Amino acid sequence: METAAGGGCGSGPPLLLSEGEQQCYSELFARCAGAASGGAGPGPPEAARVSLGAATAAAGPVADLFRASQLPAETLHQITELCGAKRVGYFGPTQFYVALKLIAAAQSGLPVRIESIKCELPLPRFMMSKNDGEIRFGNPAELHGTKVQIPYLTTEKNSFKRMDDEDKQQEAQSPTMSPLASPPSSPPPYQRVPLSHGYSKLRSGTEQMHPAPYEARQPLVQPEGPSSGGPGAKPLRHQASLIRSFSVERELQDNNSNYPDEPWRITEEQREYYVNQFRSLQPDPSSFISGSVAKNFFTKSKLSIPELSYIWELSDADCDGALTLPEFCAAFHLIVARKNGYPLPEGLPPTLQPEYLQAAFPKPKWDCALFESYSESMSANQQPRDLNRMETSVKDVADFPVPTQDVTGDDKQALKNTINEALPKDVSEDSATPKDSNSLKARPRSRSYSSTSIEEAMKRGEDPPTPPPRPQKTHSRASSLDLNKVFQPTVPATKSGLLPPPPALPPRPCPSQSEQVSETELLPQLNRVPSQAAECSPAKKDVSYSQPPSKPIRRKFRPENQSTENQEPSTAAGGPTSVATVKPHPTVQKQSSKQKKAIQTAIRKNKEANAVLARLNSELQQQLKEVHQERIALENQLEQLRPVTVL
Amino acid sequence: MAVCIAVIAKENYPLYIRSTPMESELKFHYMVHTSLDVVDEKISTMGKALVDQRELYLGLLYPTEDYKMFRKLHNSYTDVMCNPFYNPGDRIQSRAFDSMVTSMMIQVC
Repeated sequence: METAAGGGCGSGPPLLLSEGEQQCYSELFARCAGAASGGAGPGPPEAARVSLGAATAAAGPVADLFRASQLPAETLHQITELCGAKRVGYFGPTQFYVALKLIAAAQSGLPVRIESIKCELPLPRFMMSKNDGEIRFGNPAELHGTKVQIPYLTTEKNSFKRMDDEDKQQEAQSPTMSPLASPPSSPPPYQRVPLSHGYSKLRSGTEQMHPAPYEARQPLVQPEGPSSGGPGAKPLRHQASLIRSFSVERELQDNNSNYPDEPWRITEEQREYYVNQFRSLQPDPSSFISGSVAKNFFTKSKLSIPELSYIWELSDADCDGALTLPEFCAAFHLIVARKNGYPLPEGLPPTLQPEYLQAAFPKPKWDCALFESYSESMSANQQPRDLNRMETSVKDVADFPVPTQDVTGDDKQALKNTINEALPKDVSEDSATPKDSNSLKARPRSRSYSSTSIEEAMKRGEDPPTPPPRPQKTHSRASSLDLNKVFQPTVPATKSGLLPPPPALPPRPCPSQSEQVSETELLPQLNRVPSQAAECSPAKKDVSYSQPPSKPIRRKFRPENQSTENQEPSTAAGGPTSVATVKPHPTVQKQSSKQKKAIQTAIRKNKEANAVLARLNSELQQQLKEVHQERIALENQLEQLRPVTVL
Repeated sequence: MAVCIAVIAKENYPLYIRSTPMESELKFHYMVHTSLDVVDEKISTMGKALVDQRELYLGLLYPTEDYKMFRKLHNSYTDVMCNPFYNPGDRIQSRAFDSMVTSMMIQVC
């Protein structure tokens, strides 16, 4: 088997491939060949090739693959020449294998020579697979170097997505695929394909079914550090729902437009969130947000001004100084992505273009029926590139609505745990520090919707820092949250009809704290709404970037929507109100008994923390008022001084 | 043709300057200031009523193809200004502006 590649076409140098290399290379070859839908060539010599069918790999995917190896262009040219592809004019299996071996040699630092490939070499690393391999093999050094490139790499052809399978194969056989191992025989690669799929199933249920979501997961996983690399790790499960949403998005988009840029795709939950934020700034969804308003809003995200300026440039397509709803969503998404560590793209990705966003998201309402329609369309339009993937992806999508609830249940529990962990920590921090620092801390904590909370989530190795956790929480709460909204007439009521897709919910201790506190303040004291409103409105501005300055009533829901724990808002809502709202929950949650149990347990746990948070909130609001007064005084002084200094 | 492009602020400091490698930026900056001085001179001598005509006249002194270039430049400049995150008086750091200027310089050189 090792020499089959060399012996088959006979035009390349003799090649010794280890078992792992054989599988890896054949997978890559299949991708490149399948990606280009290469015509059936002469029967490949190796048994492994027979199953894959194509004998030649098209130059395009091959070139992309080589570029993903991160080698300089001249090295790649040398490799191409050496492997004989230039001579014969195409990439046959021999040439391809030789090229891959040379890439591995080059990446190992060896000179690009035919002799280099005679020795044992590690598998060539390509950007897409690199992160997989790195994550699993626990090599964080390269991980950081490569993770940043993920968004760009996702723009490569889908053939790369199959690298995930390859990597899963690698991981499944990591002991045997070490560079030094060279077993004499290996089963045909095609037999391993189901194994990889099975393995991927083992890993995290459904997320590896999709190549694209897996890649999307990578950057999400990376910020969590190597700890998330373990299969079956809890964060992975939380990511699963997010990945599922990504995968659903991706499948749909693949069928529609074949956009490979995963990180720039806005999920429904994110879209919801963005739309709500837009509404908070501008009640009319069809009009603009002015530049200054948007500037104030986005400045709260704590990105640097040049970055915000660049994001604005990208998202304000018509350069009119104002953001329409799709432009706003694009800008928000870019900000969120940037805060999660993605480098900003050079140009507006196609999935963030206003026309695309308007077409893809005609209405800010989503429900599970939509997802089911996606799955149907997906199954109808699956590309024939990879039958296995198609089947698994279709099955995954079909299962999408069902397991979401399970996942959300799991998510809730996990989030609850993280919240509970976070709460005592934050509470202790706040109580220990003086008032000023408390207020200062509270502001950034509660204000940033994705910075500190997501960073904390990342540190804890929790769910991936999905941009707006709030809408996801909303959805993960399923109908319970919707019912809450139904009972109280605010804008979020529009979401009441939505059934949530299962997003991952990163823990949001900070906002949940402030939200809970604010809720305890607000809800139990409905009679004092005016005073509360006065207190809360200034507090709100600072309290949450994700809680846009809106009415106090809205704020009640926003914490509900935005708390990481679905049950928290209901519990924090105070005894009678929450009970009243919670009670209808079980009826609606018949669909997901797991959610119910999770909610109930979360309710119990969260009630304990509410009292402390209520005290904290009152203190913080007091500080906030004081600081506001100081600020007003300073501004007055400034105004008085200004005419003196201006010449 | 366009070896250098500069955007000068009201206070006579450059908001943006980009030159081809041949020219040093300092030398070009001097030339820009000189040309601005010429314009100022023309304006001051002609009086307010004739300012517009003078400006137009000066504009025609340049090769007409530059007019297209100037329009593109000005459009990009207004796009930069539209950005609410841009503080007037800051150096122009917009990547889109940079790319537009680069394309203009490459195209005409």
